[in-house]
Amino acid sequence: MAQHKVNYTQDGGLPVALTSIDKIVNWGRSNSLWAMTYGLACCGIEMMAAGASRYDFDRFGTIFRASPRQSDVMIVAGTLTKKHSEFIKRLYDQMTEPRWVISMGSCANTGGMFNTYATVQGVDRIIPVDLYLPGCAPRPETLQYGVMLLQKKIRANKAGRAQKAKRLM
Amino acid sequence: MAQVKNRLTPFFENITFERDDNELILNFGPQHPSAHGQLRLMLHLQQEQIVKAHPDVGYLHRGMEKMAENMIYNEFMPTTDRMDYIASSSNNYGFALAVEKLIGLEVPRRAKVIRMMLLEINRLMSHLFWLATTALDIGAMTIFLYAFREREYLMDIIEGYCGARLTHAAIRIGGVPLDIQDSFLQQLRVFLNKLPQNIKDYEDLLDSNRIWLMRMEEVGVISTDMALSWGCTGPMLRASGVAWDIRKEEPYELYDEVEFNVPYSDKGDNFARYRIYMEEMRESAKILYQCIEMYEKCVKDGQTELMAHAPKYISAPKLDIMTQNYSLMQHFVLVTQGMRPPVGEVYVATESPKGELGFYINSQGGPYPYRLKLRAPSFWHTGILTDLLPGHYIPDVVSIIGTTNIVFGEVDR
Amino acid sequence: MRAYKPKDNVQAKAYYTDRYYVAPQVPKSDVSEDKVFAADLEAIKAKFEVKEAYIQVEQMVIYINAHDIYGVLELMRDELEYTQLSELSAIDWLAKSNQFEIFYQMLSMTKRKRVRVKYFIENGQAVDSVEKLFRSADWAEREMYDMFGIEANGHPFMKRILMPYDWQGHPLLKSYPLEGDEFAAWYEVDKIYGKEARDIIGPELRDTARVDRYDSERFARLGFEVPKGTEITGDEERHVESYQEEDGVFLIKKLDKESSKVIDDPQR
Repeated sequence: MAQHKVNYTQDGGLPVALTSIDKIVNWGRSNSLWAMTYGLACCGIEMMAAGASRYDFDRFGTIFRASPRQSDVMIVAGTLTKKHSEFIKRLYDQMTEPRWVISMGSCANTGGMFNTYATVQGVDRIIPVDLYLPGCAPRPETLQYGVMLLQKKIRANKAGRAQKAKRLM
Repeated sequence: MAQVKNRLTPFFENITFERDDNELILNFGPQHPSAHGQLRLMLHLQQEQIVKAHPDVGYLHRGMEKMAENMIYNEFMPTTDRMDYIASSSNNYGFALAVEKLIGLEVPRRAKVIRMMLLEINRLMSHLFWLATTALDIGAMTIFLYAFREREYLMDIIEGYCGARLTHAAIRIGGVPLDIQDSFLQQLRVFLNKLPQNIKDYEDLLDSNRIWLMRMEEVGVISTDMALSWGCTGPMLRASGVAWDIRKEEPYELYDEVEFNVPYSDKGDNFARYRIYMEEMRESAKILYQCIEMYEKCVKDGQTELMAHAPKYISAPKLDIMTQNYSLMQHFVLVTQGMRPPVGEVYVATESPKGELGFYINSQGGPYPYRLKLRAPSFWHTGILTDLLPGHYIPDVVSIIGTTNIVFGEVDR
Repeated sequence: MRAYKPKDNVQAKAYYTDRYYVAPQVPKSDVSEDKVFAADLEAIKAKFEVKEAYIQVEQMVIYINAHDIYGVLELMRDELEYTQLSELSAIDWLAKSNQFEIFYQMLSMTKRKRVRVKYFIENGQAVDSVEKLFRSADWAEREMYDMFGIEANGHPFMKRILMPYDWQGHPLLKSYPLEGDEFAAWYEVDKIYGKEARDIIGPELRDTARVDRYDSERFARLGFEVPKGTEITGDEERHVESYQEEDGVFLIKKLDKESSKVIDDPQR
């Protein structure tokens, strides 16, 4: 018969865990990174694939949200064009602190193969970027690895202290 | 310098949102999860009903036509991948075929069979992706997970062939670069044997689903005249009563040798389009079975050529380049300076999963195209929203955009 | 001295062409070789002036006068069964003859034939809109205006379609460089942050041949990632990334990589 009662004398005893504020806040932040779907082009398809059945992003606590106000990390997946550039700034401004940005794919990193009049040569000209993922298009594994690196970065922060707002300028 | 936040002015300075006539203006996009990309719609509403729709595109305009004018022909091939990025090989193929027609090349049979297999796999991938996203937009999350699962199998096969999941660049001008890998046919057969059951699963979930029917039936009806006038092609046109499939009517590759049906409907609504996508998946599977047979016959007949023989335009096989001086020189010139097709122009249309994908190339005998126009089906399928949306309600917008199957890499190029 | 570059065509040019190179031609054949095309051409010729007609790569190409375009397309749609306008755009010949060449790609689904109707206009001349005949011309003409600056008379909404409304210049002109002009280079910075931010954000890096010696070291350093700008010493410690904290997560069992099962056959 299954024992539902907590055994206080074994496995660490009491159902109490001691931790620091930093750690528990960072635990919460890093393990529920809600990503804002910013699928702009081809990389957006790989981002969707990362959220779909095979790669299953949900087990990272990463759930795609369509709203900037409910999300922690913006995954800029795809080519940012000059026509679109003002919207990325608007949406970034709408996200609440703390916020992070992953630039996914060559186009978002540097403009990539589209060295043309219509393409912004890297989203970091408009918003501050935390993580650059190489690839055209990066595989879903790359995105998941990138999110793991971002989690690591978050855990390295002192959560109790007010963080310096990231600004491009 | 003091911190500058931004200089962006309020968004719709010149639009009065609330007016005396009870008309509300709703902005949809350009970053909307169910817009299938960067579509921006300005909807004029009376209550919930749309009276005027104004689609705004160009948010993914990357200047591909300009790039083509500054690139040698082979260099442009990977750029075509990024047009319709759901089915990259069909773009590669469209471009390759246009250049082949321009220089008058005949592609070896084995390469043709491989190309056809790639094209049909891409069609399946595209249709599965369409089903997944449209169902997700309408709220059927299960279908999304199912269809992506199947799509991953196909991606594995393609990845085994060309090394990339999404941007294949798997077709070259004059043939294909590689023979298919050993496990290709076997993996494909396993997939194809499973596919009918999978499609049936989707249909069981959707066909009699009350919500699905309510959002699909009699919604977004495109009449035949409207479809023709707006330049609709592919499933959009076939759902509106014109059985026009370029594979059948103007056969390219070996499509005249395979047997398949062209599903069409004269209802013209969302549900008709959905049915056509499902039937086309079955037809693609049928074609793929025949392609497997054709490929095996090619192997039996000892046809090993994969690239056309045209030393002026196409590099010799690797073995020749490594062993023969003249081939090496040719290869060097073709890679550094590019091929120079004859002076003339060509418009070649192929049936991509979305519709008629046309490449217009104007060559002036130089290594760069003088003008290259990409005729992407999605561009017109977005345009039709102007006339299609008025009269519908807000929830219909999502399902109509879904069934038009637009991809913005292709709309904006 | 800098080499002279023509300003009316700044697109890529072949850097070497053999002196005696004669470009071959895509063969053109006479229209009379195809009965369907010959009949169509007769029907058009009966009402409008056709300057030139030939068949090239299975399609008929006809040259007409610019002012006839509406009539020709109307005739083709209503009487010759060319029910679809597949494509419409322009070719820039400004450097050569100060002209634009406009082409209309027509498709007849009953005859299974495609015809390309073409004509020339002078620089600055407007074309007649065929939007009343084919709705698809609505967007195509807007795109043509956007890309070439060719306006269409009688078009209901002659505005840019692909580029932003406040864009300057027409990108597909041969005199427009691929990487954009001064306005294009600073467009997003000017719009979002203002002109005074140009110095802080800096110019775009567009040199395709630029080599950053750190690029090859920093990319794909799986397990050895460093923050941007860090000097790479080469003796960084390797860290294996797993999706949990180093010392496990509260209440969650740590994943054991050794005992987990790897699935080899995705088709299982």
